[in-house]
Amino acid sequence: MPTLTVRVKRFDGKKSWWQEYKVDVKSRRVSVLDVLLRIKEEQDPTLAVRYSCRMAICGSCGMVINGVPRLACQTLLTEIKDDVITVEPMWNYRVIKDLVVDTEPNFDKLKKIKPYILRDVKEIYESDKEFGQKPEDLEKYYNFAYCIECGLCMSACPVVATNPRFLGPMALAAAYRWSADSRDQGWPIRAKIVDSDEGVWSCHLAYTCSAVCPRGVDPGFAIQLVKVALMRRAKRL
Amino acid sequence: MEILKHDLLIIGSGIAGLRAAAQAAYTAKIDIAIISKVQVMRSHSVSAEGGMSAVLYPDKNNDSLDLHAYDTIKGSDYLADQDAVELLVRMAPLEVRYLERIGVPWSRHPDGRIYQRPFGGMSVPRTTFAADKTGFFIMSTLWQETLRFDNIKYYHEHFVTKLIIENGEFRGVTAIDLKTGELKLILAKAAIIATGGAGRLYRFTTTAHSTTGEMLGYAMRAGLALKDMEFVQWHPTALVPSGILVSEAARGEGGYLVNKEGERFMKRYAPQKMELAPRDIVSRAILTEIAEGRGFVHEESGMGYVGLDLRHLGEEVLNQKIPFIRELAHKYAGVDALSELIPVRPAVHYTMGGIHTDTYGRVLTPSGEWVKGLWAAGEAASVSVHGANRLGSNSLSECSVWGRLTGEQAAKYAMEAPAPSTDEKYIKIAQEEESRIFDKLLHKETNGISVYELKGRLQDTMEQHYGPFRHESTMKEGIPKLLKIREDFSRIRIEDGSRIYNQNLKDALELDGMIDVALAVAYGALARQESRGAHYRLDYPKRDDVNWLKHTLAYFVGGQLQLSYVPVRITKWTKFEERKY
Ligand SMILES: Cc1cc2nc3c(=O)[nH]c(=O)nc-3n(C[C@H](O)[C@H](O)[C@H](O)COP(=O)(O)OP(=O)(O)OC[C@H]3O[C@@H](n4cnc5c(N)ncnc54)[C@H](O)[C@@H]3O)c2cc1C
Repeated sequence: MPTLTVRVKRFDGKKSWWQEYKVDVKSRRVSVLDVLLRIKEEQDPTLAVRYSCRMAICGSCGMVINGVPRLACQTLLTEIKDDVITVEPMWNYRVIKDLVVDTEPNFDKLKKIKPYILRDVKEIYESDKEFGQKPEDLEKYYNFAYCIECGLCMSACPVVATNPRFLGPMALAAAYRWSADSRDQGWPIRAKIVDSDEGVWSCHLAYTCSAVCPRGVDPGFAIQLVKVALMRRAKRL
Repeated sequence: MEILKHDLLIIGSGIAGLRAAAQAAYTAKIDIAIISKVQVMRSHSVSAEGGMSAVLYPDKNNDSLDLHAYDTIKGSDYLADQDAVELLVRMAPLEVRYLERIGVPWSRHPDGRIYQRPFGGMSVPRTTFAADKTGFFIMSTLWQETLRFDNIKYYHEHFVTKLIIENGEFRGVTAIDLKTGELKLILAKAAIIATGGAGRLYRFTTTAHSTTGEMLGYAMRAGLALKDMEFVQWHPTALVPSGILVSEAARGEGGYLVNKEGERFMKRYAPQKMELAPRDIVSRAILTEIAEGRGFVHEESGMGYVGLDLRHLGEEVLNQKIPFIRELAHKYAGVDALSELIPVRPAVHYTMGGIHTDTYGRVLTPSGEWVKGLWAAGEAASVSVHGANRLGSNSLSECSVWGRLTGEQAAKYAMEAPAPSTDEKYIKIAQEEESRIFDKLLHKETNGISVYELKGRLQDTMEQHYGPFRHESTMKEGIPKLLKIREDFSRIRIEDGSRIYNQNLKDALELDGMIDVALAVAYGALARQESRGAHYRLDYPKRDDVNWLKHTLAYFVGGQLQLSYVPVRITKWTKFEERKY
């Protein structure tokens, strides 16, 4: 029965400090989130953590675990060999409290790239037809539709760190996802938005976004695909 | 205190809430607000795996609207309102196609048609899906779709603490902005309650941590009625020990259930449908196997379980059709589904009951009048299409259909209605609420009871006394325990004294509402002296249509929980068969 030492970087709205908790676990097949919830329930209910689904699909519990931006519910103790776990709030965000950060600016950036099917809205809401899609058309964007908007990519991106106006990997991957959908007709509009300093041209190809993505979305690759399309003056993606 | 005004307030941002928002925003240029205790896109609906039911290509697979309705009504053990079921099956295909047009990546046949898989209790394959992350893909697409509209405002991480209803009309809500701890009064002409179910009343559940259901309790406090709360669905296959769901899609794609002896035991319980019998039947079968010593035992937790066998499906099916299941089993149970059995047992999954509404989602008082300006949709509502037992994949259809219907009605209503009144009395109500929460709850003596200890007691009581096998004597013993929990809540200890992101306080507010919901489940279950769908009584093992073909209503009268009953609406399915599968 290992005793874990959990070091948490805390913040109460004014000051920041490190706090250590000791937790006994019966098995290592539990997640870092399980451990944090036990601390909350049994030792310190003031500890703040954002969480919900506990199955790596809602995107709430992004944080930096032993130096790597990860989802707490998706990180099992079996993957952390050490008995010391260090958790910090995600980088590149304003901290609200403890491990909870303000990711709402990400949603504003997402809105900027128009993340929805661009074509006649009346047709969408008033017709009853299927636009239709072949499996091979689905394949083109499918992997990029897996984004759970956890914001880990934004936390790992060195450009976001220095240029807050950069749309960043999350929104830019969505720009690709929507433009590459055979049902969409919005590429000419989105191309204007991403063909800018705030858009794809600020990306330095660090690929840290893709490295930390918990759903394998590969935003770095999406950004490169967008760049290629812009350079080729492609009519659609 | 901040006072805000909107035309239409949507409480809850799961599939029901977001679908309502999109439809309302398209219908009218009104000022719409979505309010959610989590960040909008993080709602529980993302967890839905298996799919959404709809009759899409009736000619191709011998399907029909009537057959979908019949399956649903039989699955409900005849407690569903048949006019509502007819509306569900008629609208569901429109909704699948709407979701297709806004960009949901439905899995496809080579010719571009949307794929459909078999699901429990459905006579033909009619469950559309996007791999096994259907809920996630619908949620993500709908949330981004709402960004199209500039007349929608989002209140992320705002916890609604109270519904303000006056003279039979909706007025507004009070909500805590979790990020600042500030209480806000939000007044509106109309509202849609889409706050989901209450799975966390129980300890072993597939639902998200946020599926606590307090709003159902708050609804009773505001004078509304809950319907059929005794019907709690156990999903047969949750991962041991975490409770994470293994979707029915696993059995839809051909998975078997086996006991310790390697026997496909479903042949003794549902010889025709086997693993694809409805959930209540499969869940009781698994629990019987475990109780009779034919289950496995999980070492660390001591939980009994059976094996879900997917080995014969092969790598391609696992990776193409149910990749998430393989991933979850690997991650959280440490097994590779290709070569090992997945350890599963039943877990609480769905709340068939909910806020009493009419067929169109209009919220009704206990005596059946519409509360003007108020609708409910999705799992929070009891319309009722699921009756005593929901068929898998009918919920996403319900959320989408009634999201749309309520969104459209509420938008039209809000266009006509006068601006919300900002009478002093609402400000006073909000001030009282602020004092209840921050002065009374937050400043408690130090020797009180921990929120989590009390919540644990609630969950254990529900597991022990109101589980899948019920009996008068055990249920009767549960009631004083629940009442004691109610009483002990007044001595709760909130250790976090700050305003900013105070989850300890939020957890206490959730628990407060949950206790009332638990009472509605308990009293409803104790009173219903029959077995129907998910409500199974050892002392009354038969369905009793003569006395109990009726809906339970639970509501408060002078602080006391009361029950009354309303008839089931029957249209054309008048032969109440025994449910054999
Ligand atoms: C693991 C799992 C898998 C499932 N798979 C399927 C499937 O394949 N097919 C199917 O048909 N059904 C499935 N179901 C059921 C289905 O997912 C749910 O019934 C459905 O998603 C409920 O959606 P909803 O919109 O009603 O509410 P939810 O998605 O639960 O959302 C509730 C919303 O209300 C908000 N809320 C709640 N209380 C408050 C409050 N006090 N203040 C402010 N906001 C509040 C929450 O923040 C959230 O936004 C599954 C269920 C589970 C648990």
